[in-house]
Amino acid sequence: MTTDVGNGAAPAGSPEQPGTVRKLDRVVIRFAGDSGDGMQLTGDRFTSEAAAFGNDLATQPNFPAEIRAPQGTLPGVSSFQLHFADYDILTPGDRPDVLVAMNPAALKANIEDLPKGGILIVNTDEFTKRNLVKVGYAADPLEDNSLTETYQVHKVAMATLTIGALENTGLGKKDAERAKNMFALGLLSWMYHRPTEGTERFLREKFAKKPDIAEANVLAFRAGWNYGETTESFAVTYEVAPAKLNQGTYRQITGNTALAYGIVAAGQQSGLPVVLGTYPITPASDILHELSKHKNFGITTLQAEDEIAGIGAALGASYGGALGITSTSGPGLALKSETIGLGVMTELPLIVIDVQRGGPSTGLPTKTEQADLLQAMFGRNGESPVPVVAPQSPADCFDAAMEAARIALVYRTPVLLLSDGAIANGSEPWLIPDVEDLPDLSVTFATEPNAPDGTFWPYLRDPETLARPWAVPGTPGLQHRIGGLEKADGTGNISYDPANHDHMVRLRQRKIDGIEVPDVVVDDPSGEARVLVIGWGSSYGPIGAAARRVRKLGMPVAHAHLRHLNPFPKNLGAVISRYDRVVVPEMNLGQLAMLLRAKYLVDAMSYTKVQGLPFKAEELQDVLADVIKGVSE
Amino acid sequence: MTATELGLPTVGGLVGVPTTDEPQKAKDYKSDQEVRWCPGCGDYVVLNAVQSFLPTLGLKRENIVFVSGIGCSSRFPYYMNTYGMHSIHGRAPAIATGLAVARPDLSVWVVTGDGDALSIGGNHLIHTLRRNVNLKILLFNNRIYGLTKGQYSPTSEEGKVTKSTPLGSLDHPFNPVSLALGAEATFVGRAVDSDRAGLTEVLRQAAEHRGSALVEIYQNCPIFNDGAFDVLKDAEEASRRIINVVHGQPITFGGGDYAVVRAGFGLAVAKTADVAAEDIVVHDAEDLNLAFALSRLSTQDLQHTVTGVFRNTARTTYDDAAREQVEQAKAAKPADLSALLHGKDTWTVAG
Repeated sequence: MTTDVGNGAAPAGSPEQPGTVRKLDRVVIRFAGDSGDGMQLTGDRFTSEAAAFGNDLATQPNFPAEIRAPQGTLPGVSSFQLHFADYDILTPGDRPDVLVAMNPAALKANIEDLPKGGILIVNTDEFTKRNLVKVGYAADPLEDNSLTETYQVHKVAMATLTIGALENTGLGKKDAERAKNMFALGLLSWMYHRPTEGTERFLREKFAKKPDIAEANVLAFRAGWNYGETTESFAVTYEVAPAKLNQGTYRQITGNTALAYGIVAAGQQSGLPVVLGTYPITPASDILHELSKHKNFGITTLQAEDEIAGIGAALGASYGGALGITSTSGPGLALKSETIGLGVMTELPLIVIDVQRGGPSTGLPTKTEQADLLQAMFGRNGESPVPVVAPQSPADCFDAAMEAARIALVYRTPVLLLSDGAIANGSEPWLIPDVEDLPDLSVTFATEPNAPDGTFWPYLRDPETLARPWAVPGTPGLQHRIGGLEKADGTGNISYDPANHDHMVRLRQRKIDGIEVPDVVVDDPSGEARVLVIGWGSSYGPIGAAARRVRKLGMPVAHAHLRHLNPFPKNLGAVISRYDRVVVPEMNLGQLAMLLRAKYLVDAMSYTKVQGLPFKAEELQDVLADVIKGVSE
Repeated sequence: MTATELGLPTVGGLVGVPTTDEPQKAKDYKSDQEVRWCPGCGDYVVLNAVQSFLPTLGLKRENIVFVSGIGCSSRFPYYMNTYGMHSIHGRAPAIATGLAVARPDLSVWVVTGDGDALSIGGNHLIHTLRRNVNLKILLFNNRIYGLTKGQYSPTSEEGKVTKSTPLGSLDHPFNPVSLALGAEATFVGRAVDSDRAGLTEVLRQAAEHRGSALVEIYQNCPIFNDGAFDVLKDAEEASRRIINVVHGQPITFGGGDYAVVRAGFGLAVAKTADVAAEDIVVHDAEDLNLAFALSRLSTQDLQHTVTGVFRNTARTTYDDAAREQVEQAKAAKPADLSALLHGKDTWTVAG
């Protein structure tokens, strides 16, 4: 029996028959538990199942900065939200339709996000007096009617059931209980008709060296599935059909992985060895982890003694003719400033990846923010312009990394690549590009003297790009010295001449201003919008989703999303001038808005939020609707 | 976590760097830039010694790179007709590390000073030495900040009166050789700027060493710390103070009148006449404990100063190992970009 499409909430007044299957167009599930409960793994596996089934999807992990905060406490709650649908979606979802809470802390931390009528699945075994007191519950919320009146509550003794299912495996109670996350995954997999072969294969591979643990997890997973199938406490199951995505081969990918692959591809397409000089920092470390696995592509990863040494090694490698890369987050970018300045002065290719997180200072290491834009633009002494490129989604990190490499190599400059925590850890399907279609990034090193006097001038520029020649050590006859002191135009010798300094400062600025970047594309299906919303980076999803929603309400709105923050696309000024109102939502206090106001004298309206979490489509929908109404009045 | 035995052979410091049969002269290494150190600066002497020494290596000039930080000595690369980078304060070892890792065909030299290497760049120095990157680090120690016009440095003596310490410096100084040995340096030497032969010998051994070589050079700043090492330049004083060590030879000095002997866990100086010949320590550059004890014989007041090569021992270099990992990975698995991008779990949407 199948019924209507909806968000999963039971239609009022119609008790469901067991065995009912309802078709949904999209579902948001949030797995929440203690940070030791394996929620990230659970979410990740469900994501893979959704991907294998062909849904479009987007995910958002949310975890504490502490590796293992005290067990059962609110600071220790870790969650993973997954949005999957039968159409192309843009965000991990504002609110969950289904909340899986593995303990009282997870319930308390997440219940407010669950809309009325939502499905709540609770692991009752953790609802002990002690655990309830730990998070401030005076009484067990599962005992009174407060939850059942508002939500569709399913109480499941997941730990007990898991231990029971593993009774004959010889595994100790404690080890058996640890598999309860797979029980939860099994139950949810049953509820949503997910394929299971992939998860069983994954578990056997993951625990290949501990076959008993592998089998225990598979058994727990099946136990969860069977529990749903046999107990009839779940009357309804749900189907979300595969999405109609563009033709091609897809995989699921996180932003950090896609970014690392973009770097690998940039190395291959440029024919240069890649040297990553870096220092571990959340949320950028996974880029180092990923690249360190791919040395067969001529990639050297160097975990340096600090952030400064990381970028120093990258710049030294670039000087030697490699593609130098450094990866960090905001606090590390602050430490790298001086070396970026040296890269600006010596005009060497360099990619500086900043996976932004909440700041200032140590801030919110595991949460997202976009507040490093002005640091990227201006966070150096002197006039020190650098191009700034930002990916807009996890999969887009691949293209953004290759674009950063193109600019660095063509224009011989450090490039700032601004990802953020939401993109880095979030995932989505990626239409895998054909390697044949990737851009050619090959470079030409200087091999001959270039100056009229028959010598080599390291600062004699390409008239088109204003890039200086890249003459790597080992090239006979081109011996030269570079450094941080001001250069005489052309010869590159030290110069303290006032007019030369003025000339060189302007020349370096002109080089960056003149970088060829694609025009910004405006999404305005009706062509009637009077309001333009401009975003950059990871807000692409929520802004895009909000724009769709207001359009459905009959209000046209235009959306432009900036990949290039410096230089801006050449058509941006003209685009802005076409609209009555420009709205700029940012996870900072208005940094892009400040740049747009300064450059285009536009009275851009800034909408800002810095809660360490991505925008919700719902809130941006309200913001845009208000502005559109204001313009129409 | 598991550890992997890298099992790399050790080779000479210059293996992999292209050589030339064309005879070279010191002037081939002079750039067209005017040297702008103060008259009487010890840096001139070191520059001349290096320019005279490099031709003896027979390397292609274009395969030699000098990387420096900030400070008077860090102007050095501008005066060398090789490749060079005058970088930023304290960071030369980090930049040179990236260069050395990327390019096995280069002979990479770092020129730094006591402030550059031991204050702002102290972290990079110790980690470079610990990793044993194939770099030759020339640490010009004049015990003062020269370029900023005369503040005390991390090698200045306690109580030193300078512009920034009118009542005397409160800082206890580093002994750079002890520091380098503590940082697991595989090669540590010391020379005095005015001793061309001694300096050249240490440079020669440093160049031949595969791995990080730290060479401390006592260098006079005639403007802000003039005469800091004068007692080592007076022939009679020097004879009583300088203990030059040579691998495999008994350590004596002062024309053989004095000798170095063991004392507890350390070393002491004795009159040769007062000790048995077998009690005189024979220098062994492979012995870290001996090297460290020798470094402790050198005192800030220069009553005794050990010169020569304290330690010279073979250990796998970071850059060789890093390249080897890449080569092994390449041999084990082809660079198939398409396969990487596809990974294990894909699905296909038909048109």
